[in-house]
Amino acid sequence: MIKEKYAKEIEGILARFPTKKSAALPLMHLAQREYGYMSKEAMQEVAAILDLDPTHILSLAGFYSLYYEEPQGKYVLEICNDLACALRGADDFVEMATAKLGIPVDGTTEDGMFTIKTVMCLGACDRAPMLQCNLKFEEHLDETKFEALLARLRAEAETGGEETAVAPKIASYAVKK
Amino acid sequence: MAHILLRHRDIPDLRKLGVYQANGGYAAWQKVLTEYEPQQVIDIVRNSNLRGRGGAGFPTGVKWGFIPKGPGDKYVIINTDESETGTFKDRELVENNPHQIIEGALIAAYAIGAKTIYNYFRGEYMDAAYAFEEALQDAYAAGLIGENILGTGFSCNFYCHYGAGAYICGEETALIKSLEGELGQPWSKPPFPAVEGLFRKPTVVNNTETLANVPPIINNGADWYKSMGTERSAGVKIVCMSGHVEKPGNYEVELGTTYRQLIEMAGGMRGGKKFKALLPSGGSGPVIIENALDAPMTYEGLDAYQSVMGSSSVIVMDEDTDMVWAALKMIHFFKHESCGKCTPCREGTFWMEKVLHRLYHGHGTEQDLQTLESVAKQVKGRTLCALGEFAINPVLSTIRHFPNEYRAKLNGRGSA
Repeated sequence: MIKEKYAKEIEGILARFPTKKSAALPLMHLAQREYGYMSKEAMQEVAAILDLDPTHILSLAGFYSLYYEEPQGKYVLEICNDLACALRGADDFVEMATAKLGIPVDGTTEDGMFTIKTVMCLGACDRAPMLQCNLKFEEHLDETKFEALLARLRAEAETGGEETAVAPKIASYAVKK
Repeated sequence: MAHILLRHRDIPDLRKLGVYQANGGYAAWQKVLTEYEPQQVIDIVRNSNLRGRGGAGFPTGVKWGFIPKGPGDKYVIINTDESETGTFKDRELVENNPHQIIEGALIAAYAIGAKTIYNYFRGEYMDAAYAFEEALQDAYAAGLIGENILGTGFSCNFYCHYGAGAYICGEETALIKSLEGELGQPWSKPPFPAVEGLFRKPTVVNNTETLANVPPIINNGADWYKSMGTERSAGVKIVCMSGHVEKPGNYEVELGTTYRQLIEMAGGMRGGKKFKALLPSGGSGPVIIENALDAPMTYEGLDAYQSVMGSSSVIVMDEDTDMVWAALKMIHFFKHESCGKCTPCREGTFWMEKVLHRLYHGHGTEQDLQTLESVAKQVKGRTLCALGEFAINPVLSTIRHFPNEYRAKLNGRGSA
């Protein structure tokens, strides 16, 4: 339960706002980092901490694209193929990446390791083709670099390090001001 | 010329507090706290003619002046929800020159009497924001933020907040709703945030780049700032160059620089190809063509070409670009990002994408072309916020400039 495990962080987040509701997005980030996606249970947990109706959390999860309502691969590879990136080869990159992993866009590999999605502009158009892997940017990509990324992630998964969570650790959530 | 905003390119490790301070950092903050009344700060910024760098171009000092004087909770929000297609300027600033943003936001807070600042980042910048978070902690530890700052009796807290993937949250009222834990959907103004904003209190929402301009303005004065740029568009601007140029990236220029100069700065057209068109404001501004390349990049410089400078996110396209394809990419973006609150935007973007998709794939008819234009014109002027209005720009402007490309795709003659 994130309520117990992250008691201090949650206290710190709540202290930033005059209303509890404002903590909804931060707590959902925390829950998704913990569980990998916003499961029904995760939504109920967040709702209970904030005294909100779980349906409110459900509506937030539906509205904001970074929250996943279904389980995802261990690494979610979100490739930007918006106009600026597409002018620099992003569509071909998506085709190469999906072929390499043998899955369609929005698909997950059988071993549960990788999910591929296409997303809207990520603010790295000068470094296209690019993707975010569990919210960390991988830029200036090509086929060779993509293969190297997959190899690195597979190796990382075996050691099961901190880096494998579905969101980067947010520095300030650990600090109470 | 030395950079004013992208100073980290001239000064290594500027993201560190010690380096920033050794190079004049937080001098403006100290000056403001000890020498100026809040109204004087507002006057300096107003006199500098600094205008909003997020795209709308509203005069910053005037915006601050709208906040009611006197006691009571007020808020400053930094808008780092940088989500416009082709825009990546604020990201470079938060990663490399965070203290200049922090200092600018503190000065804004002092000017309007706010005790709390939130920096609203798009969730996708969580990793990039790490440097900013560190800078914030250092500034707290140095007593530059927090209670009784530098012994002056002024107190102000500063928090980072992360969105979760929604372009619409760059619109200030949607951003405020998002920060309140709601769906990021704009409200119909009035009330304006200056009167009733975050938690229904007076609120200033400023773009990240806008605030980074504030410390140098305080240090060097309004006249110095006005000496750069043009009369109506003062100062400097970070331009995001992307698409078919040799060296995509951020370029800091004086306002008034022409689009042709910008392309040259970015190394010219990639592979020596011929220029075809560019989007001057990411996805949200109308396409311009060759005849506008010598227009100055200013808030009014593209008026004659029916376009806008906006956020100065310049997406360049060469002769091989299929403009119907480009329009489809953009409308797909707007359909995905429509918040769904108002009907013209929600339905309009849905139908424009459907029809454009049909046209692009060669299944369109003359009637489709008329439908597309008619839907776009029905959206115009009827949406709750500017974003709905933006959505029609790539459609109508590509039809205006490249009617033959649309016609060539009619009746089975489209791209596969």
